[in-house]
Amino acid sequence: MTYLSHHLPALQVIVPMLTAPLVLLLKPDGLARLATTAASALAFAIAIAMTMGVLDGHTYTYRMGGWPAPYGIELAVDQFSALLLLVVTGASTFALLAGQRSVDADIDSSRQPLFYAAWLLALAGLSGIPISADAFNIFVFMEISSLASYVIIAGGPDRRALPAVFKYLIMGTVGATFYLIGIGLIYLMTGTLNMADMELRIHEVGDQKPILVAAGFITVGLALKAAVFPLHVWLPNAYTYAPNTVTVFLAACSTKVSLYLLMRFDFFVFQGNLAGHDMQFAAFLMPLAVLAILVGSAVALFEKNIKRLLAYSSIAQIGYIVLGVSFVTIAGLTASAVHIFNHALAKGALFLTVCCFATQCTGLRLTDLGGIARRMPWTAGALVVSGFSLLGIPGTAGFISKWYLIVAAFEQGPLGMALIAVIVVSSLMAVVYIWRIVEAIYFGESTIDLSAVREAPAAMLIVTWIAALANIYFGVVPEIPVSLSISAADTLLEHLP
Amino acid sequence: MSGADLITLSLLIPVLGAVGIAAASKFGPNVRESATMITAGLLAWTVWSLVPEVMQGGRPSLMVSQIAPGIEIAFKVEPLGMLFAALASSLWIVNSIYSIGYMRGNNEKHQTRFYIFFAVSLAAAIGIAFADNLFTLFLFYEILTLSTYPLVSHKGDEKTIRSARVYLGILLTTSIGLLLPAIIWVHVTAGTGTFAPGGILEGKISGPAVGLLLGLFVFGVGKAAVMPVHRWLPAAMVAPTPVSALLHAVAVVKAGVFTVTKVIIYIFGIEFLFAEPSSSWLVFAAAFTIITASVVALRQQNLKRLLAYSTVAQLSYVVMATAILKPLSEIGAAVHIVAHAFGKITLFFAAGAIYTAAKKTELHQLKGIARRMPWTMAAFTVGALSMIGVPPTAGFVSKWYILAGAFQADNYVAIAAIIASTALNAAYFLPIVYMAWFLKEDTPPAKEHGEAPFAAVLALTITAFLTLAFFFFNGPVLKLEGQLVQGLS
Repeated sequence: MTYLSHHLPALQVIVPMLTAPLVLLLKPDGLARLATTAASALAFAIAIAMTMGVLDGHTYTYRMGGWPAPYGIELAVDQFSALLLLVVTGASTFALLAGQRSVDADIDSSRQPLFYAAWLLALAGLSGIPISADAFNIFVFMEISSLASYVIIAGGPDRRALPAVFKYLIMGTVGATFYLIGIGLIYLMTGTLNMADMELRIHEVGDQKPILVAAGFITVGLALKAAVFPLHVWLPNAYTYAPNTVTVFLAACSTKVSLYLLMRFDFFVFQGNLAGHDMQFAAFLMPLAVLAILVGSAVALFEKNIKRLLAYSSIAQIGYIVLGVSFVTIAGLTASAVHIFNHALAKGALFLTVCCFATQCTGLRLTDLGGIARRMPWTAGALVVSGFSLLGIPGTAGFISKWYLIVAAFEQGPLGMALIAVIVVSSLMAVVYIWRIVEAIYFGESTIDLSAVREAPAAMLIVTWIAALANIYFGVVPEIPVSLSISAADTLLEHLP
Repeated sequence: MSGADLITLSLLIPVLGAVGIAAASKFGPNVRESATMITAGLLAWTVWSLVPEVMQGGRPSLMVSQIAPGIEIAFKVEPLGMLFAALASSLWIVNSIYSIGYMRGNNEKHQTRFYIFFAVSLAAAIGIAFADNLFTLFLFYEILTLSTYPLVSHKGDEKTIRSARVYLGILLTTSIGLLLPAIIWVHVTAGTGTFAPGGILEGKISGPAVGLLLGLFVFGVGKAAVMPVHRWLPAAMVAPTPVSALLHAVAVVKAGVFTVTKVIIYIFGIEFLFAEPSSSWLVFAAAFTIITASVVALRQQNLKRLLAYSTVAQLSYVVMATAILKPLSEIGAAVHIVAHAFGKITLFFAAGAIYTAAKKTELHQLKGIARRMPWTMAAFTVGALSMIGVPPTAGFVSKWYILAGAFQADNYVAIAAIIASTALNAAYFLPIVYMAWFLKEDTPPAKEHGEAPFAAVLALTITAFLTLAFFFFNGPVLKLEGQLVQGLS
């Protein structure tokens, strides 16, 4: 292993984090964007390099400052973290590549360096969580990413973003605090913050009650950050009123990182140690997942604004991920991990098309977008392709996760049949809400004047179409996400007794 | 060229053709339609090139990619798929000739889009025909649904959109809601979804579960239009007539019954299913659909809707023949896929020709029209006779085999359904024929007209001729499909 590749886990965070203050100094037009995009692309490249590494069977561990774990801070990248890093850095990079026009429209050029600096901090925080093996370090990254996210969500011209972000801030802080209380309790009882170490030491704790309480706090806190129903109320408005580029970035990855952490913590630290925790975990999450799937899809059926509609669809999709987790089986966890990747692809591409529409058209209600496909045929085509992926049409990425999820449900016996019915009903609702968009943009009549609307700029279209075609590619050749997910599921379950 | 190359080509040609049509549209409609004709010709030639090998018992195959362990995109040409692909690709040529006459005769808009999606639909149909496993079949099944949506919603007005919504809604609901769980069920129990002679489920599943799984398949394949999932077919009649003719009398609906037949023969296995009492409901469901759809057809006033309900009934002939689960009836099912295709496409061509020339769509307007359009109505008569099953038409051949199979199985429900539906078919087709030939026009048409454009008349003459010819020259088809049931009694 070369010297550089040894440092990749640290560089993953350091690149965006150190570029952030640098960007602040770049006043001239466009330079801040350029530097941000370059840093993000570099982070994406690092994530790809590490993915190739873990696919070869390599696991990255890194000791900050050379201090050995559990005393020093440890970074670790395995298949599951690599999957998340791909999603986070990929989403950021695609959003930035496509988003120039959109950011220019939403954010005053004098404030753009600030915006981009916050963006990089969000990226650093979100990619810091998957690489950390240290519970407190994760909390720090979580706070960095959250605070930076509040800034970029509120950074747009839409004043409604302010109450939305305030709600997000309150709930996000509650979630983070719960998490902090949880690890505080564990630290009290075990004296360690390293997750691998925790797993070993919890055995030795005589009184398990504080650990149980910690498990409760951590699970609920992370569920809140992950927008698991009914803790999702911060999400729709935050996604809807954020600048469009920010929505692309955060919708594709931010809740997924919390879900990742939830899975990691529960399976690595608690499942093996707390008697019956897997049952409690499943019994707690499964009903919530089912409700999320049904309620999220049902609300999406009636939403009038395309961003809100897609935000509610995200709540349902998060439900799919949680449902897979709640099976506590290889198949279920594989389905969840695959869906983390595939949903990011589909939703990211969909929000990219929204971004394209928003640069050309003043409104984003379905009635505003009526018949816009005639003016923007390429954007509309990309929306249809990514929409197919969200519905799980075979040949698209979304189908792969649906397949794995239904297979996992089949293994659950009679209960599984009911869950398959839930999945099917929600898929059908997805058909309806996606088709509402398709009918509106192809056959509708807009309430506003669209005669001046032109196709989105070529640069945006190319990025959007790459994202849309990635949905097809990973639907036909899903080897990379699937093999990462299967190993992720294996590692998670290894920690069960 | 090897079999694998030919399979690749037959999937690629229509897709490349679609691109070519888009490119050619810049040079005017004649160049664009030439692109369609060349594509159709090349496709038919490629598909037919596979026939000799399959006739001799060869099974050309092509493995494209493995999606996940046990889930593959793979193709293999077996007799049933060969027949379906040859049928769809050959009739596409005739249908393209007809489309030129119809689309221009009616000054339809968005003709480029129409020809592009037509080509994509054909690619999907070929994919279904050659699929070697359930996943591949499902993949192309959904592509076919989605690529025909722009054809059904072609007109783009309020009523069309609503019908297209019914079309897409029913087909996607059934496929996602029932077919996909059925496919995954097979994968979970049998560990594979690859079609194999004799089936893959024997010993893996038994009792009422078999009947349930069969139900998921039969109703999940909404394209087979077994009641109550038939409503999309009448809804699809809002499409331009060439779409109704090739897609909703041949490619799409036959993809449906083809899937049902293929699943019964290659997934369940007909001997396994025959021994399993819980599967016997299918004959009743199909018989019910045949009778009910015929009665509904009897009451239709609109010619295309009448033809749609007739199609619903005829599709269930295929399903019922398959469900009889005897070798002769399986052959009958395969032959009926061809026989009905020739007859029904002729009837739709005639209906479209009448609309193009006279703008008439309702039955009562057809009095005496044969005097103005003798070729069209002669072809219509041939098609109608084939639907009834009168010799010397194609319909007689398949009915013969289905009945023979039903007697083999002592299946009196099937026999009664066939007899009753023959009477019903006669009752709704013969009055139209009588009216057209022997009654006088009660009101003169708004403007004088003769036959439809030459291209349309040429196409319907060809298919009428095929309907008659199939009565005499069906040996190769019987020989090919005989392979399906080799070694069975």
